[in-house]
Amino acid sequence: MRLENIVVASVGGQGGLLATRVLAALFLAGGEDVKTSEVHGMAQRGGTVLSFVRRGRRVFSPVIDQGTADAILGLEVLEAARALPYLSAGGVVVTSTQRIAPVPVALGQEPYPQDLDARLRRAAGRAILVPAGEVAAKIGNSRVANVVCLGTLSAFTEHDPRLWEAVISGAVPPRTVELNLRAFYAGRELGTS
Amino acid sequence: MPESTPASKALLYGNEAIARGGWEAGVTVATGYPGTPSTEIIESMAGYDEVYVEWSPNEKVALEVAIGASLGGGRAMACMKHVGVNVAADPLLTAAYMGVNAGLVVVSADDPGMHSSQNEQDNRWYGKFARLPVLEPADSQEAKDFTVMAFALSEEFDTPVILRSTTRISHARSPVETGERAEPPARPYRKDPLKNVMLPGHARLRKPVIVNRIRYLERYAETCPFNRVEWPAGSGRGVARRGFVTGGIAYQYVREAFPEAPVFKLGLAYPLPPAALAHFASRVERLYVVEELDAFWETEMRMAGLEPVGKEIFPAAGELSAAIVGRAVERFEAGVSEATAAGPDEPAVPAERPETPPPPLPTRPPVLCPGCPHRAVFHILRKLRLTVTGDIGCYTLGALPPLNSLDTCTCMGASIGQAIGMRRAMPPGDAAKVIAVIGDSTFVHSGITPLIDAAYNRTPTAVVIMDNGTTAMTGHQGHPASGWDARGRESPRLQIERLVEACGTRSVEVVDPFDLQALEAAVRKALEPGDGPAVVVARHPCVLLKRGRGTGLVVALDEELCTECGACLRLGCPALARSGRKPEVQASLCVDCGLCAAVCPVGALSGGSPRPESGGGGR
Repeated sequence: MRLENIVVASVGGQGGLLATRVLAALFLAGGEDVKTSEVHGMAQRGGTVLSFVRRGRRVFSPVIDQGTADAILGLEVLEAARALPYLSAGGVVVTSTQRIAPVPVALGQEPYPQDLDARLRRAAGRAILVPAGEVAAKIGNSRVANVVCLGTLSAFTEHDPRLWEAVISGAVPPRTVELNLRAFYAGRELGTS
Repeated sequence: MPESTPASKALLYGNEAIARGGWEAGVTVATGYPGTPSTEIIESMAGYDEVYVEWSPNEKVALEVAIGASLGGGRAMACMKHVGVNVAADPLLTAAYMGVNAGLVVVSADDPGMHSSQNEQDNRWYGKFARLPVLEPADSQEAKDFTVMAFALSEEFDTPVILRSTTRISHARSPVETGERAEPPARPYRKDPLKNVMLPGHARLRKPVIVNRIRYLERYAETCPFNRVEWPAGSGRGVARRGFVTGGIAYQYVREAFPEAPVFKLGLAYPLPPAALAHFASRVERLYVVEELDAFWETEMRMAGLEPVGKEIFPAAGELSAAIVGRAVERFEAGVSEATAAGPDEPAVPAERPETPPPPLPTRPPVLCPGCPHRAVFHILRKLRLTVTGDIGCYTLGALPPLNSLDTCTCMGASIGQAIGMRRAMPPGDAAKVIAVIGDSTFVHSGITPLIDAAYNRTPTAVVIMDNGTTAMTGHQGHPASGWDARGRESPRLQIERLVEACGTRSVEVVDPFDLQALEAAVRKALEPGDGPAVVVARHPCVLLKRGRGTGLVVALDEELCTECGACLRLGCPALARSGRKPEVQASLCVDCGLCAAVCPVGALSGGSPRPESGGGGR
């Protein structure tokens, strides 16, 4: 499936907006029309952050309607599951297995759902759950978990990995380029194996 | 767009594009007060050295500075969120009478859906209210182009111009072809009291001028470059089955849902071109008007004698989408009565449901960060069971569980005035429990005048200024008491406690909120009976400002000592998860602020512990 509409689901502070920027830059570099849409402000104080990336010959709406996303890129597994209504039939889910307890869970008012993996596998044509936190920590910094996930998603796009390299290098702080590229390839391996 | 090479273009947020447009138009002065979704306009403008850029104390000042710049001969723009225009409405409505010298543009970034706002007012009405033209771009390219053109329009018609954006324009990225900076023709200052001194006698002379000006603009709208008709080849040459009048982000939704339908795209959102719209209406069997929020265009069109289908089928609350627009039209044409029942939250294409739907997922409301100094203040206010009038900022999150610490939130600066009113209206016992909380940036924005009111009228008013040294919620912008300016350069720091004292307050005390005993004592003292306001400045820098300079230490739990009382968990700190009935420190999130250790009655939590090697749970 050609991924044209991608929902990025994360928790504020996880780097979901960086992942959005990388995807948009990649598609633009690939010669297509691109639009992204995000929500800033209140949503970023540890709340749900949902952003959209769309590409094609000509893109009108920057917003992805429910039931029309070709892929969900999740940086947190509960947020990936929350984004499922956006997924089209047979769509791809690539998500980190990281779990961050939201306040109602931390307070013990609700359990952190235990059936998320099953929900994701049931709803998606293909679901890949990436131990991105562990992979990133092994590489040297758990903050690059978002780029690990991008690496896994990259296995589902037609773009040359060198193009990915170029856009990631342009999007991250210069002294972290090497770290981020290692994270990207570690993630990509998980998507291709 | 697809025919050119998008790779040669920059991918810009609408806000970045507006800043770029201002720069290209030769703007001399750009002002604003941070507010989602407008903040990045001034932030990007700070990257253009030719422009004087400032964070103003509030939107009213921002606009007044911009008006002065325009009079002085420099193109100027004032940038704010939709509710900020309310603050700036006083100068705006009279600047409309004065007109401009150099071009003057007011950018209003509206927030349909209230992603980060207290209301979703539709600021196109300000155009009609003030008799000012309103431009509304539909993507980043138009945001840039319209901004450039807005200045020429402003000068041509001698009028301030409103450029209206919305969240899905401001915070959406799309490719933009940029241009170079133009140096507009010089417009030296000319003294002209009849035009610039709005005495009643002068203003009476100006009123007919602006009444006529909007009529000229209406005529201009008939052929202006901001509006266009799109008549796709597939929709036939004669009369089309349906046609849409739309603009802004709604235009994108219409084109997405009905790619073959004729569209009258409004880029000049006010005034509308009656003749051009009537001509378009005559070429379609059924005319729809699709606009987010209010029936603004619909009302204008009906006044012009047209009969579009509008808010009877499209929702007037929340954001639209391609699916909402498409479904509303299809149902209407199928004869299904829907009224306005189609809420924006209803799934457009229902997800396939398994036989027994799984339980709903836990929500993830935004929270105060681990180490946030506001949490300590709310802990004390909750402990003392106070009635807390609140304000706008990160600390508004103190209203949510488990802190449940705010009783009100209305608009910037309202907390202190509301506390005064409650003190004056409630029975003495209840009145003595009222306290206002307000952030440092919000205090400077509009908290000073109500404090003066409390002093002047001897109203005993307890106030906590939660001074974290920055405008945190919108992303750590500077303000007059922060010590740095819009470009991040050091600037003179407003001394809040000296200002508070000068207002005539009964007392002012500065405490570090993490010193809970001192904070509680100061709050109790501020609540004591007496004349006029008593102010506590709870000063501790925003934890995010210190990121990377942490000690690397965390709080640790002694499980043996823990009595499972839950006092720490009621702080609502993301770094404390519940494990059974005990807290579990999320080492990767904990910044060792020590608040949970301070509230633990048995000393089971202790700060200053080494961070475990592999960072526990969390991220």
